[in-house]
Amino acid sequence: MLIRPKEGILDPQGVAVERALPALGFTGVSRVHVGRLVELDVEDPSQLDELCRTLLSNPLIEDYEILGDVS
Amino acid sequence: MRFGVVQFPGSCDEVDAVLAAERVGEAELLWHRDADLRGVDAVIVPGGFSYGDYLRVGAIARFSPVMESVIRFAQEGGPVLGICNGFQVLCEAGLLPGALLPNTRLRFVCRQADLVVGTANSAWSGDCTTGEILSIPVKHTTGRYYAPEAMLDELEADDRVLVRYANGHNPNGSLRDIAGVVGEGRNVVGLMPHPEHAVDPLTGSVDGLKLFASAASLRV
Repeated sequence: MLIRPKEGILDPQGVAVERALPALGFTGVSRVHVGRLVELDVEDPSQLDELCRTLLSNPLIEDYEILGDVS
Repeated sequence: MRFGVVQFPGSCDEVDAVLAAERVGEAELLWHRDADLRGVDAVIVPGGFSYGDYLRVGAIARFSPVMESVIRFAQEGGPVLGICNGFQVLCEAGLLPGALLPNTRLRFVCRQADLVVGTANSAWSGDCTTGEILSIPVKHTTGRYYAPEAMLDELEADDRVLVRYANGHNPNGSLRDIAGVVGEGRNVVGLMPHPEHAVDPLTGSVDGLKLFASAASLRV
């Protein structure tokens, strides 16, 4: 599960990373956002959506995406 | 009035909350694994780092046995106060609108703040006057109040802003300077500042006592 701050909400972690980059010589990098990756094995993938909504993310402030082999 | 103060692993302000509540009534601790609220008249969810605040502040604590009972208690109209981490837990539990995000400057802030009372119409602010200034300390890293614009408009229209940081006192980038909010039923409130640390002249202010006294004067 990839969890990221919702578009439009100030993400100070992303801002801090973005500001650090030019000092290291990386230019032209913008719109940095720092999110979270949660890896897990699950027997019943149909639970994943609810699992994301109830615990792994707060839908008010974060978006999530379910990745990987969910067959 | 008998107050119950929830204790999670990682709570750190539960003893101060008990001591503050004891100035206006009786108080006892409620262990997180125990769903029994022992018949208390009001519940305080204190500050700290419940369950280490792993994953996201307040997210795991919200699913503890005691919180399931606190949610029911709140839905039945019982007075509930969330302080700092407790505020975060109540937001995660859906008892209060909005969420708390990392401070704009990503730093821990610990300082005395002036708060302007937004409403005296709640279970925990009846002894205050709207517009009154309270001097209460803040100490947190994740205290930036956030809610979508429409939700903020609704909060203001419904007179549900408990306290705002006074001009120049917003330590964390909270939207519209909001430091605390009131739930729909007006019995549940939450705030980032720590009223339980402002109950004795020795620490510079007794303004925090007003919240506990407001609840103590409720008829239960």
